Amino acid sequence: MATITPAQGELQVRTLQRSPLSRMRGNLAGLWGRPITQAVAKALLTIYVTSTITFVLIRLMPGSPVEIKIDELMNQSQMSYADAAAMASGLFDIDLKAPIHEQYLAYLGNLAHGDLGNSFLSRGTTVMSIILSVLPWTLFAVGTGLMLSFIIGIFLGLIAAYRRNSLLDHAVSTGGSIVSSVPGYLIALLIVLIFGIQLRWLPITQMRGAFTSGITPGFTFEFIGDILFHAALPISVFFLTHIGLWILSMRSATLAALEEDHVTVARARGLSDGRITTAYVGRNAVLPLVSQFAIAAGAVVGGAVIIEQIFVYQGVGLRLVASVNQRDYPLMQGIILMTTVCVIIANLVADLLYSKLDPRIGRAGGAAGK
Amino acid sequence: MTAATAVVDRRDVSRIPAPLAGVVEFLRMMSRKPVGLIGLIGVLFFLFLAYVAPLIVPLQDAVDVTAIYAKPSWTHPLGTDFQGRDVVNQIVYGGGDIITTAILAALFSTLIAITFGSIAATVGGRIDAVILAITDVALTIPQLILLIVIAAIFRPSSFFALAVILALLQWPALLRQIRAQVLSLRERDFVEAARSLDLGLMHIIFREMLPNMRSYIVIHFIIAMTLAIYAQAAIMFLGLVPLSGKNWAIMLYFAYNQGALFFKDSFFYLMGPIMAIALFQLSLVWLASGLEDVFNPRLRN
Repeated sequence: MATITPAQGELQVRTLQRSPLSRMRGNLAGLWGRPITQAVAKALLTIYVTSTITFVLIRLMPGSPVEIKIDELMNQSQMSYADAAAMASGLFDIDLKAPIHEQYLAYLGNLAHGDLGNSFLSRGTTVMSIILSVLPWTLFAVGTGLMLSFIIGIFLGLIAAYRRNSLLDHAVSTGGSIVSSVPGYLIALLIVLIFGIQLRWLPITQMRGAFTSGITPGFTFEFIGDILFHAALPISVFFLTHIGLWILSMRSATLAALEEDHVTVARARGLSDGRITTAYVGRNAVLPLVSQFAIAAGAVVGGAVIIEQIFVYQGVGLRLVASVNQRDYPLMQGIILMTTVCVIIANLVADLLYSKLDPRIGRAGGAAGK
Repeated sequence: MTAATAVVDRRDVSRIPAPLAGVVEFLRMMSRKPVGLIGLIGVLFFLFLAYVAPLIVPLQDAVDVTAIYAKPSWTHPLGTDFQGRDVVNQIVYGGGDIITTAILAALFSTLIAITFGSIAATVGGRIDAVILAITDVALTIPQLILLIVIAAIFRPSSFFALAVILALLQWPALLRQIRAQVLSLRERDFVEAARSLDLGLMHIIFREMLPNMRSYIVIHFIIAMTLAIYAQAAIMFLGLVPLSGKNWAIMLYFAYNQGALFFKDSFFYLMGPIMAIALFQLSLVWLASGLEDVFNPRLRN
């Protein structure tokens, strides 16, 4: 601890006078006060709760997938209940005879080793390996779309705020609110319908998949160009569905920042407009948008499911729908968990970035957050 | 001079019965911003289309093989579907379920958010910490993915069940905002007064605080409706809800799975439900933004 604020000093004095147990609690409280500790604790709690929810959904709910599978096996191959249950046990990687709390602990133990079980459909393939083969494609498309929309959106929002009530402002704001209100999957359908089928500008069927089969993956221009060709449509949809959010948020944040006293002072000091716009207005206006970015990241991973379905882009969403249709429960369970982990990582990165961008946050004692 | 006109104005308004005067004043304020007015008209139009029009227009359910994917004409203004049925007729009959589900889901999620958000803020301490932690966790799990898996397991077959599932997923964002609102209201004098009179937690929340958040709750109710429509149309499009009958999203599901997307002639069959959902969403968002200006005088200029 570099500096001790009066409040922390007082805390230390008080902990010295208390019993060892409460002193330990005091130290824990000191550790707890750090933003990193809180963020990590929150992340672990979220992963734990999410895995419990998926366990409950799969195992405990009335008409649970396990019961359905047992029924299915009994009907299909004339098995006895015991045989079917034993087979279902193997499939779900759950010891159905064990008491429920032991099943739960075994499940958590496997998770701790990164073992999400095996896929129902492709026997012997682990859920983890399936997810790791599709998740990067989704993250690439979603990430590129979000980043592009963020950069162009804050730029347009800044201009709209500077030219308030001009024709440009009205056009950009209205356009932004229209594209952000229409669900992304409808935009995807419209792109296919209008540009793919009616006008025939886009070779929709060739753009399917994550890359053309037969092409050798590697850091070649050909391969990277091919990846971009296949990801172009999902990226454009993620771009369109989010650009409105950034334009409108940046516009109102900039309007608020322009009224700040320090901007007036900077103008009075005769600083150049460019410097005022970037260092005084833009930087302050963009700050609240960084935490919004993390929230958007979570929503967009979910929204990607249907967009990947429409464009047949081989990401985690397409896999999720396939697993739902084939009732591959371990895979569904794994996808919920892994996408949650992605959102958590996005949140952590946004928190860190926020404290880097805003020097007021992250100093000792100034960690209260929002 | 100005005093005299003010008196005349007041008399004019007083001639209109009290509830109507409020409506007139509301419309006058809404018409200041075109976007809000367009939104209001759009929402009223879709409510009329979904709940009143089916009472007037007879249902046309007969399959007509001679008119498959017919071009728009006077008898079929938006063409026909893969079985030769009128698209406009399906749009008219297909709004009720979706909008009812959205209203119910918004109602349930708003109730959850208000109840637990205000309890968290007024009680504080450990209860606040626990409620906040649950909210944060619920905010982190990608909701549409969880919804897809839950829908696949439960197969909600009534729109009431669907609304409950949607509500259970979409309360967290509103809860955080309600909590923040209550925290700031808590410091006001009238709440202090109620507390010193020992009027009880329920009285303070429902009689003192909620009336002051009315405008805020109305706007978020509308936003919650848009979220519910987004989510339910998504899972219906994927065919995860065994809802029979007509409904904009189920139309889309059939259109997509019949391969209508790849026929040049079926353009209007797909555009019908796409435009119905998109325009209703847009109307709701614009209505909310218009209401925001009416309720918050500081935004008006």
